[in-house]
Amino acid sequence: MWRRIILYRFQIDRVVRVPLFVALAVSAAVVLLVVCFLVLESADALRAIGPWRFVSDASWHPTRFADTGQFNLMPIVWGTLWVTVGAVLVAAPLAFLMALYLYFFAAPRRARAVRSLLGLLAGIPSVVYGLWGLTVLVPWISRWQPPGASLLAGILILALMILPTIALLTDAAFQATPKASADAAAAAGLSRWGALRAVVWPPARSGVVAALVLGTGRALGETMAVLMVCGNVVRTPSSLFDPIRTLTANIALEMAYAMDLHRSALFVTGLMLAVAVGVMVLLASLLKERDPYAA
Amino acid sequence: MPHEATMSCGRDRALWAASQAAVWAVVLVFALILFDLLRHGLAGVSWSFLTEAPRSAGREGGIGSILVSTGLILFVALAATIPLGLCAAIAMAEWLPSRARFARFARMSLDVLSGMPSIVFGLFGNAFFSIYLGMGLSIWSGGLTLACMALPLFVRAAEEALRAVPESYRAGGDALGMSRTRTLLRIVLPAALPGIMAGIILAIGRALAETAALIFTSGYVGRMPGALSDSGRALSVHIYDLAMNVTGGAANAYASALTLIVLLILINGVAVWLTHHGLYRRLIKT
Amino acid sequence: MISRMVFMAGLLACVGLWTGCGRTDSESTRIVVTGSSTIAPMFGDMARHYESQHPGVRLDVQTGGSSRGIADARRGLADIGMVSRAAYEDEDDLVWHKNARDGIAMIVHADNPIREIDTDTVRAIYRKEIRRWSGLGGPDRPITVINKAEGRSTLDLFLAYTGLQSEEVQADVVIGDNEHGIQAVIGNPGAITYVSIGTAEYSVNEGRSLRLLPLDGIPATTERVRAGDYPLSRPLHLVTRPDPSEEVLRFIEFTQSAEAASIVEAHYFIPLSD
Repeated sequence: MWRRIILYRFQIDRVVRVPLFVALAVSAAVVLLVVCFLVLESADALRAIGPWRFVSDASWHPTRFADTGQFNLMPIVWGTLWVTVGAVLVAAPLAFLMALYLYFFAAPRRARAVRSLLGLLAGIPSVVYGLWGLTVLVPWISRWQPPGASLLAGILILALMILPTIALLTDAAFQATPKASADAAAAAGLSRWGALRAVVWPPARSGVVAALVLGTGRALGETMAVLMVCGNVVRTPSSLFDPIRTLTANIALEMAYAMDLHRSALFVTGLMLAVAVGVMVLLASLLKERDPYAA
Repeated sequence: MPHEATMSCGRDRALWAASQAAVWAVVLVFALILFDLLRHGLAGVSWSFLTEAPRSAGREGGIGSILVSTGLILFVALAATIPLGLCAAIAMAEWLPSRARFARFARMSLDVLSGMPSIVFGLFGNAFFSIYLGMGLSIWSGGLTLACMALPLFVRAAEEALRAVPESYRAGGDALGMSRTRTLLRIVLPAALPGIMAGIILAIGRALAETAALIFTSGYVGRMPGALSDSGRALSVHIYDLAMNVTGGAANAYASALTLIVLLILINGVAVWLTHHGLYRRLIKT
Repeated sequence: MISRMVFMAGLLACVGLWTGCGRTDSESTRIVVTGSSTIAPMFGDMARHYESQHPGVRLDVQTGGSSRGIADARRGLADIGMVSRAAYEDEDDLVWHKNARDGIAMIVHADNPIREIDTDTVRAIYRKEIRRWSGLGGPDRPITVINKAEGRSTLDLFLAYTGLQSEEVQADVVIGDNEHGIQAVIGNPGAITYVSIGTAEYSVNEGRSLRLLPLDGIPATTERVRAGDYPLSRPLHLVTRPDPSEEVLRFIEFTQSAEAASIVEAHYFIPLSD
């Protein structure tokens, strides 16, 4: 309320306002700059190849020229979609249960230990997960269902990577309800299940959704780990054991030597990723605004 | 541990068992990963490993020059992020009403930015900093690319830290006839400092772990950098190269990964300490 | 508080200035080398060695793949390109400096009882006409076909030798760099792929479970590449534009010298001298 009551009683406050607002505008403009450059760099490909050929071409064999290359991105899009959805489906229930444990069952000391472990895990670089996946997880799967480097390996590694993020954010959303309220519900004769549904869940809902969106975004954007474990074959997967290539891995594999239209086509995939993430974030914030409990 | 008496219905019991199992499963899997890293990496980490330059493409020697490059990239990233992000956070938390259209627009675009995949930043950094601005593959372009990545994270943390400062502090400054700028510098910023530091450390953590955005911006040169316009290989890029391209590099890849994780643990620890103790002590003193 | 912040900012600025301009003396020449990831580690080492002997020269070695080496050298983005194959017909606008030789070996897991392979079989495997090892007298296990990513010269050479078209190859796994392929084979007893002979030999000597398959009756060893009768081998090149500068030429001469040969051998390639 302080901000409203004394508007610019002092000259200096008016002066200081200028650099602050400029900084805010610049910060907000970074995303526009990123999108602008993605559009600018992908314009060549969109003009010469046209959006339709990214869907209808026979395969993904890009070259520098529009007439010799094949530019079908759909197998890669499907691979990306499946691995992302799979990872969220595996990670979300586990993360939810972990958050429940932290809220209802864990002694404070143990809860703190679990939380700091999760914080640590959220920070482990993706290269390290990839290294572990390549040397341990992929051989396991290949013993059972070759080739091992597959959609499944990608789902499991990504699930591990996004689990800490989702769990910590869900936990934070639960904390919006003081533990005392849950205890009061218990005293009133509610079971924990009942307390969860009636007391803890409603105010946490939008936070949990935000956690899921963030986790999905992270899974969608993960590059190095999936490059190392997914097999990178451009083919629409028909089972969990098929290899896939994701949009991000495609960029990382080909960017180093791509030229002209090929390079531009890779920027198209980058643009697709950026748009997907943008839409997700906007949806999440819309949901949040609709939420009657949101502060 | 819940007592038998409180576990009144079967569903509660199932909930308890399931959540317990989930926690243990996750802890176990991660213990496996960490154990694997320790087993392969611990033998390789030593003082000389941390200070020597890599030899024979990183199979031998250490990661001294890589650490310096990583540090310089971080330095550029922070030098760009902190002033810009802090001013933006102050504008949002102290000067604009939180419902103002400008603030909402800025917050939303920062949210979108924070969700962008790191490889997209790599593409952008390569096209904008390296080629359009002519910085080439250099510590400058790598650092600035990381700055774009870390900016939304830091602004969010700094804004939250500023909002956590009680309104009464500002009212106090007001009552003393101080300008808002003065109140900000003398009262609000010092009180929010631990939270802001925690935000900086979060940004460092994100930047340290980054690989995809750096390969195409700061490059691959493993030499000790002599200037910020030099290309410098970051630690995570080094791990990636050792693991995927250098036969016989696995031992040092694990040792480098372990070093990186220990660095992250230390940084995380500082962040936790600052957010809990720092804020608490300061509030008692004031 | 403010004074402390100002002090910190000043300190940071000083550090920035020091690192920014401190050591870029105008006399140093910078040579940019980009290209093949197979040989980038070797030239990285040579560059460090050369720099230590010639203060004032700075060599930046970046990777990406042979096609990037060609493209960057053509456009002048790099002074030298690293290319791990022979020149194609339309590439004589660049000057090719030969540095070393390397072979490409077909490799399988050590548990695989297959002892040798010929080109027709390789072609059939990569087209998925043979899908299980039992078709070759091995165990009843599916064959995991591992292929290199597009744009890598190892792939180009493999395709040229076997006569396969890129579109025909039915890969199960696509890898980027050499070590990725070796890791993938070690982790999967049914896998087959092709990598640089030197790196594969090194891995076998390290005790990793790989086997190099003799190709068309000729053992895949560095000796046979050296002798010149191993069929699937390639020269490793540095390429420049027609008029390279004095410093660039001097570095290239160094990379072809007897002194550099020990570095070539340390990276399991075959130096020119023999």
